[in-house]
Amino acid sequence: MSLLQSLKARDRVFDFMAPTASPVDVRHGPILYMEDVTVSFDGFKAINNLNLTIDDGELRCIIGPNGAGKTTMMDIITGKTRPTEGSVWFGSRHNLLQMNEPEIASLGVGRKFQKPTVFEALSVFDNLELAMAANKGIFPTLTARMTGEIQDRIDEVLSIIGLTALRFQPAGILSHGQKQWLEIGMLLMQRPRLLLVDEPVAGMTEQEMERTAELLVSLAGKQSVVVVEHDMGFVRSIARKVTVLHQGSVLAEGSMDQVSSDPKVVEVYLGADEEAA
Amino acid sequence: MPNANSASRFWLTRPFGERATQIFLGVLLAALIIVTVLHVAVPRGHALHVNAYTVNLFGKYLSYALLAVAVDLVWGYLGILSLGHGAFFAIGGYAMGMYLMRQIGDRGTYGHPVLPDFMVFLNWESLPWYWHGFDMAWFAFAMVLLAPGLLALVFGFLAFRSRVTGVYLSIITQALTFALMLAFFRNEMGFGGNNGLTDFREILGFNLRSSDTRLGLFLASGVALALGYILCRAIVTSKLGRVCVATRDAEARTRFIGYRVERFQLFVFVVSAMLAGVAGALYVPQVGIINPSEFSPLFSIEIVLWVALGGRATLYGAVIGAILVNYAKTVFTGVMPDAWLFALGALFVLVTVFLPKGVAGLLRHLRRRSSSTSPGEATA
Amino acid sequence: MRRFLFRGLWCALLLSIALGAQAQTGSSTASDEDAQALLEALDVGSYHDKGEAITAILQSDDERARDWLQALLDGRLQRTEEGRFVVVLNNIGRNWPVADALTEEPLGEMSRRDLDRIGINNALRNQLRSAIAVVDLYSPRVERRRLSAERLLGEVDGDLAGLLDTLISEEDDLQVRQRLTQALAIYQTENGELEGVETLKGSLHPRARVALNRAANGDDPIVADAARSALASIEQNLKLNRGVETLYFGLSLGSVLVLAAIGLAITFGVMGVINMAHGELIMLGAYTTWMMQQLLPGQPGLALLLSIPAGFLVAALVGIAIERGVIQFLKGRPLETLLATFGVSLILQQLVRTVISPLNRTVVTPEWMSGSLIINDALSLTLNRMVVLGFALFVFVGLMLIMRRTRLGLEVRAVTQNRAMARAMGIRATRVDILTFALGSGVAGLAGVALSQLTNVGPNLGQNYIIDSFMVVVFGGVGNLWGTLVAGLSLGVINQLLEPWAGAVLAKIIVLVFIILFIQKRPRGLFPQKGRAAEG
Repeated sequence: MSLLQSLKARDRVFDFMAPTASPVDVRHGPILYMEDVTVSFDGFKAINNLNLTIDDGELRCIIGPNGAGKTTMMDIITGKTRPTEGSVWFGSRHNLLQMNEPEIASLGVGRKFQKPTVFEALSVFDNLELAMAANKGIFPTLTARMTGEIQDRIDEVLSIIGLTALRFQPAGILSHGQKQWLEIGMLLMQRPRLLLVDEPVAGMTEQEMERTAELLVSLAGKQSVVVVEHDMGFVRSIARKVTVLHQGSVLAEGSMDQVSSDPKVVEVYLGADEEAA
Repeated sequence: MPNANSASRFWLTRPFGERATQIFLGVLLAALIIVTVLHVAVPRGHALHVNAYTVNLFGKYLSYALLAVAVDLVWGYLGILSLGHGAFFAIGGYAMGMYLMRQIGDRGTYGHPVLPDFMVFLNWESLPWYWHGFDMAWFAFAMVLLAPGLLALVFGFLAFRSRVTGVYLSIITQALTFALMLAFFRNEMGFGGNNGLTDFREILGFNLRSSDTRLGLFLASGVALALGYILCRAIVTSKLGRVCVATRDAEARTRFIGYRVERFQLFVFVVSAMLAGVAGALYVPQVGIINPSEFSPLFSIEIVLWVALGGRATLYGAVIGAILVNYAKTVFTGVMPDAWLFALGALFVLVTVFLPKGVAGLLRHLRRRSSSTSPGEATA
Repeated sequence: MRRFLFRGLWCALLLSIALGAQAQTGSSTASDEDAQALLEALDVGSYHDKGEAITAILQSDDERARDWLQALLDGRLQRTEEGRFVVVLNNIGRNWPVADALTEEPLGEMSRRDLDRIGINNALRNQLRSAIAVVDLYSPRVERRRLSAERLLGEVDGDLAGLLDTLISEEDDLQVRQRLTQALAIYQTENGELEGVETLKGSLHPRARVALNRAANGDDPIVADAARSALASIEQNLKLNRGVETLYFGLSLGSVLVLAAIGLAITFGVMGVINMAHGELIMLGAYTTWMMQQLLPGQPGLALLLSIPAGFLVAALVGIAIERGVIQFLKGRPLETLLATFGVSLILQQLVRTVISPLNRTVVTPEWMSGSLIINDALSLTLNRMVVLGFALFVFVGLMLIMRRTRLGLEVRAVTQNRAMARAMGIRATRVDILTFALGSGVAGLAGVALSQLTNVGPNLGQNYIIDSFMVVVFGGVGNLWGTLVAGLSLGVINQLLEPWAGAVLAKIIVLVFIILFIQKRPRGLFPQKGRAAEG
């Protein structure tokens, strides 16, 4: 009864009438919201009371020494690791802690691994085709046909990542840098709302690095991008806002200049250097 | 190689566009015709005559080949090494065996109108509930698909949901078939215990001992193999097939681009189990018996060897491997039975160490070499 | 009438024994004629007369009397054609060795056809048994008295009961005294005497329960009540004993599982190598024991002890051969390793079948391992199982020490955690691989040595354990020796607990299904390795 009445109220927007293509609710600004997140492995806290907010369309760099919890943080966002405590929201509607990896991926979270992982036995073309945003159920996949539209999109991405000539080669023969690019290409095919990029320029030449920086910057705005990187030069070249992680929690946050002049950050990095020396 | 032309066809007919499938089907068809002609048209006693025993033997090989294709589908393309596919084969076989048993009717040794001999022997009063319906061919044939499918569904659902993969999965599939073997050995299960089901007489009204029926079963096995092959080929050339390969090589990555890996694994596993069930159902009337030894872990692991020898992830390699190994087995056990296990053991070692891509890989290698040398370029 | 006669006979008999016992030191040897006359009296047609002759023999107090009576009871007291009495020493075959009944001189072999047995009937048999038991109670040899007292449980009647009191008070062996007290109490309970019921309260002997059951259904309500409460407490006690027994069998089965699996816990758990020929390494250990016993005939104990190092060595060498010959080429391809080693297992099995025999071989259990430890009337623990249990724990502790305390253990852990880094630090990874695999294989050989004492040694021995072993390792948690121990023992106990109501096969199926389901729930087993390294 009440449902019928509420249905008549045309001025309201109902969940089931909202467009399903992009269900992420970012009206309140942040696309990712992590609050008081803690993960412990056997008593060791890899993430300790972490609070992090990423705005829609933002490009954010995350830096921190080894073991600061960067990769674990990505594992939590993508559903690979479940935190011991805390909450993680995607937009203001989706609780990521209640979803599994494919659900989170379908929702629009793309991830590039630290070590490039592509499907080596499949061709470059197939890699991109599989990553493409589409109905990823069993029977749609079984009966899927190649259309001109899909072909065009794959060609477009192929030219962006510069692998057009190698389109029918198995991905296994690509060089390390090419694999990195292919993986980024797969992310582009996915059209995610939030891109998590783990050390994208490792093993790349100076030129490739520049192109990657360009690409990431151009993506920001349409999509939110979170980059974890060790290469300070690269971070400086793309970052507007930087977050420093240390021992599983946020140590400092701000522009690159602000952060690099923060005495706590200096101590962490220099202190680590001294220990190592 | 994906080109827009072949990829845009309807998924089930897509394999017909492939060169390899055309060759495979051509060879299979030719073999079926030749054997039939040599059996029927060439007079008995002639050197080229193929007798009923040999036809029967070939029919058995073909059902094994279908089983090997089913195993290759999950192992080659999905990376799941099932050491328990013999269980699905045997269950399909038992479903067929139960039908054949009910067809005997009151002509058994004890002449009971309904109960099979072994139940009369065990002093059973009435038919157990799960034996009902098997007097009807359609029901039994449906069970040939459904029973192994259901087992695979339940087992696979549990296993894939909790992400049991790799060696662990292999070990528990082996434990599964071992447990089933122990269970079927029990008389209380109602499947004839040790002796299993045997003394069959008729299938669909045809006398199982007549050579015409044997030829029919041989041809049916060939057709089933062709259909199973086309189905598997259709699956592996579809986008779903590429998702399977992706899962095999990088399961986590596949998840992170949005595929529910466990559902794909489950789907393919169930399809494979059903094919294995069909193979078992074709096997039983041709050998005339089904007993718990088909559940033995040794048999299941042997199937894997057929696939490994033929060449993993090619499907036709599985067929080659199944026929080669079983032919060798027939020869060996006839000439020097003691040597067979030595040969089989050595085959396991040699294939995995020296021939990881199997016969199919060897063929491809030779072809590539001949095509690269043919233009006249010197190769060392 | 007849009954009365026997009764009289019995009284006279007991009296004579009692008197004889009084003058035990004075036991004598009758002259040959007298003895011949005593025996002649047995060779009569009437069973009644034979009974009297038996009494006469007892009363003669001849020291050969017991032997005669025993021989008579066994049908070995016979008469030759010339009327001589002989005792047949061994009545198997056609020609029997005999000895003269009077002089006890051996007379060589005689054909059974030339001998005439002195027949007895059941009544006489009972009489003889009781008579011998009573005679034995006065024997100076404590073993004989113990055995006799044991036999008297539930066989006492009124006349003997009177005697037992004195016997108990004069007996200095505790065990005999306890048995006699119980025997008396059983008699009293059967006759509805409260005193007996009280004594039987703690007894676990089945005859005590029979007596108490009878008393519980008796007329006297007080005695019946007491008997019922005694029965209840015995039942409780029995349940406890049965529980202990199940636990023991469970632990024993578990120790076998642990032994079979612990080598695998090293090769599979620590190194990550799937060795399907592990079962055959166990088999080789068992065959080494058999071989040792063939080499040292008549000394099964020594052979068994020597088999421990020999079995280890043989299995370890074969293990090294497998590692060098097959596994090293398949590094990082676990499924292929599985197939190749399975091939090796087939070859080893067939090799044993061809070279030795397809049939089972018998391995002798040395004396110090046979028999059982008797805890009480309801509980006895077989020694061989106990030894194997102890051996399993010993092997476990040894392995634990090797992995935790030695350089090899440290290097193994280093190599398995980060191969490249370990090599960079100067650890020779290949050597560590070989040694680790040899260790795991050698332990399989030890398992074989132990198993040869419990099961048949045949070519299929290993096959029967391979699936169980993998299950134990996976159930316990790969890479965790403690997990293997706990998993093996608990699976053994679970199996034994299920067996009484499910039967052996079904219990095994249930355990297998349980593990399959458990692995779905916890893919990393009981004691998973945690942390980042395990996440990959």
